[in-house]
Amino acid sequence: MEKRVTFKGWLLPMLLLLPQVFITAAFFFYPAGQAIYQSLFIPDPFGLSMQYVGLGNFEYLAKDPYYRASFVTTAVFSGLVTLVSMGMALYLAVLADRLIKGSGTYRTLLIWPYAVAPAVAGVLWMFMFNTRVGVISWYLGLLGYDWNHVLNETEAMGLVVVASSWGRVSYNFLFFLAGLQAIPRSVIEAAAIDGARFWTRFRTIVFPLLSPTTFFLLVVNIVYAFFETFGVIHTITSGGPQQATTILVYKVYKDGFVGQDLGSSAAQSVVLLLVVGLLTVIQFKYIERRVHY
Amino acid sequence: MTIRTLLGGAAISLALGTSAYAQTEIQFWHAFTGRLGELVAEQVETFNGAQSDYTVVATHKGNYSETLNAGIAAFRAGEQPDILMVFEVGTATMMAAKGAIKPVYEVMADAGADFDPDAFIGAVKGYYTTTEGEMLSMPFNSSTPVLWVNRDALSEAGIDPDTDLSTWQNVGAVLDQLKEAGNECPLTTAWQSWIHLENLSAYHNVPFATQDNGFAGFDTELALNGPVQVKHIETMGEWAQDGKFIYAGRRNEGGANFRAGECALFTESSAGYAGIKSEASFDFDVRPLPYWEGVEGAPQNTIIGGASLWVMEGQSDEEYKGVAEFLNFLSSPEIQAKWHQDTGYLPITAAAGELTREQGFYDENPGTDVAVKQMTTNEPTANSKGLRLGSFDQIRGIIDEELEAVWSGDKSAQAALDSAKERGDQLLRRFEAAN
Repeated sequence: MEKRVTFKGWLLPMLLLLPQVFITAAFFFYPAGQAIYQSLFIPDPFGLSMQYVGLGNFEYLAKDPYYRASFVTTAVFSGLVTLVSMGMALYLAVLADRLIKGSGTYRTLLIWPYAVAPAVAGVLWMFMFNTRVGVISWYLGLLGYDWNHVLNETEAMGLVVVASSWGRVSYNFLFFLAGLQAIPRSVIEAAAIDGARFWTRFRTIVFPLLSPTTFFLLVVNIVYAFFETFGVIHTITSGGPQQATTILVYKVYKDGFVGQDLGSSAAQSVVLLLVVGLLTVIQFKYIERRVHY
Repeated sequence: MTIRTLLGGAAISLALGTSAYAQTEIQFWHAFTGRLGELVAEQVETFNGAQSDYTVVATHKGNYSETLNAGIAAFRAGEQPDILMVFEVGTATMMAAKGAIKPVYEVMADAGADFDPDAFIGAVKGYYTTTEGEMLSMPFNSSTPVLWVNRDALSEAGIDPDTDLSTWQNVGAVLDQLKEAGNECPLTTAWQSWIHLENLSAYHNVPFATQDNGFAGFDTELALNGPVQVKHIETMGEWAQDGKFIYAGRRNEGGANFRAGECALFTESSAGYAGIKSEASFDFDVRPLPYWEGVEGAPQNTIIGGASLWVMEGQSDEEYKGVAEFLNFLSSPEIQAKWHQDTGYLPITAAAGELTREQGFYDENPGTDVAVKQMTTNEPTANSKGLRLGSFDQIRGIIDEELEAVWSGDKSAQAALDSAKERGDQLLRRFEAAN
C-alpha cells in the first residue's frame, strides 16, 4: 500500500512550491522557450533582422552529414566517459571499502580530483600529453610510440575521455563507497559462511544491492558527459582533429558563438534538449524497472 | 546635513580635483594581451596625456572571437563600446551589420577631421574599404605571412644558410636535405588556412572565392579547389607523410617549436617577430613567402591578417568627435612607426614606413622590411585585394578540418578541398539568407 501525505487547503503547498517553480521558470522554461523560438529563424548576429525559416534550420541540420557524425561522436564519447569513470570508481570503492587501516587517507586523496574544474583538468592533461613538451608523450617517445593527438583521431578521443573521466571518478567513488557501506554486513557474512567467494558475493549480492546507486550515477554521468565536458574539449582539442571530438554541445558553441550562426545553434540546442529528455525517460522507464531498491 | 548633500559635495569636489572640465569617455574594446596589450595601453596613455577633452578607456575582452562576441552581445543589450576591435575574418559580418556600425569615413566627415584614406598602403586600405572607396573601419594591426628561417639549423645540415628559398621548388629541395641530415622538423606552420590557402591564392593571383573574393557581393562561392591550391596542398601533404612538414595545430602552436630551435623553416605572420626576437637563441632570418615558380602572375602580393577598429552606432556626437581624434592619433606616422618596429606588424601608412626607414630601423634589423615589400611591390588585383566572406571564422574551421585530413593521409588534396568548398558554400548561402 502506498502512503499518501495530504495537506489541508492549497495555500501552503503552493507557497512552498513557489520558489522552485520560479527558479525553474527563470532558468529553464524561459531560456528553453527562447531557444525554441530562435530556432525558427535565421537572425543576423546583431539582432537587427530576423528571417523566418520555419523548420529550415532543422532541415539544414538533418541534411548535414557532419551533424549526424557528431551524434555518433557524442554517443561514443559519453558511453566511454560513463563506462571509464564509473568502472574505475567502482573498482576503487570496492578496494577502499575493504581497507582496514588508512582508509580515511585513501578516501580523501581519491576525492581530491573532483575539486578541479573541467577546464583546469583539461589544461593539466593537455600539458602531460603535449606533443612537444608533454611528460607522458616524451616517455611514450622513448618507448618508440609517436604520440600525436593533434592529428590522430583515436588518440585525441582517448585523451579527452581520460581527462573528462578523471575528475568524475572521485564523484562516483563517493557515491559507490556510501552505497557499499549501506549494504548490511550480515548479508555478506551469511553468503561467506555459505561458501561464496568474493567474486560470487560481489556478483550476486553486492552489485544488485548497489543498483540504485549505479542507476543514479548512470543518469548523472551521461548528462555530465553531454554538457559539462565542454571545458575539457575546448582546452585540449577544440573539437579536432578533423571533427573527431566535436560533441553536440561543442558544436552548439562553435556554430553559435564562433560562427555567429544563431539560428542553427538554437536549433541544435533544441535537438540536444530533446535527446537528453528522451534518454532520461528511457532510463527511468526501462532501466529503473530492473533496479532493486 | 543629509547624507545626499554630503555625497553630492564629495562628488563635486572629486570631479573638481581631477579635472576642471568634464571629459568625454571613449570605450575601446580590444583583444590584446601580453606585450601587445602593454603596447596598446601605452598608446592610449599617450593619447590621454596629450589632450584633455577625451579619456579613452581600453578594455581587454578576450581573444579575437571573444572580443567580437562581447561587442555583439553588448550591442544587443544597448551597451556597446565606441570602438570595437574586429579581426579581419569578421569584416564581412561587421559590414553587413548596417545599423550597428558607423563607417569610419562618416565618423571622420561628421567630426570635420582631417582624414585621407589614401595615406594607407593599398593592400591594407583595400581590405577595409567598399568598392566605392569608402573606408568602413580603421586599419589597426595588419600583418602578412613570411618565411622564418633558423639559419643555425640549415648550417648544421650542411646547407648554405643564404640559399635561395624564394620558391617552393627550392624549399622542397632544402627540406629533402634537412630530412636526410636527420632534422626532425624541417618545416612547420601557423594559421594553415590563412597562409597556405588564402595567401597562396592571392600570391599566385588566383581567386579564393568568386565575386572578387566576396568584395562584389554576398552571392559568392569558394574557389579554393583550383589547380594551384590543389597542387600546393598535395605537395604539403606529401611532405607531411615524409616527416618533412610537421603539423603542430590550427593556430600558432608551431611557433613554440620554431622558437625553441626545433624547426628549421616556419611560415608565420610577420607579427611573429616580437616573440621570435625575444625567445630565439639561434641566428634567424626573415624571407618572403615562397611561391611556385611557373605559375603565371606569381608572385603577386600577399594579403593581410590582423584587425581593424570599428566604430559602433548609437553614441553621442561628442563621443564620435573623440573617436575621430583618437583614430587619427593611432594612424599618425610616429605611433604607427613605433608599433611596426615593436611588433612586426606592418606600418599601415606609407608615411610610417618612410619614417621607420629614416630612423634606420631596417638597416639595423635586416629583413624587417620583407613583409612590407611583399605587400607593396605589386598593385593588388581582384584576387589579391583581400577576402570578404560571411561566416568566415566557421569556414576557416572547416578548412582546418579538411587540411588535417590531408596531413594525416586520410584524404587526397583534391577530395579535401572539394569538400571544403562544398561545406563552405552552404555556410555562405546561409549568410546570404541572413543578410
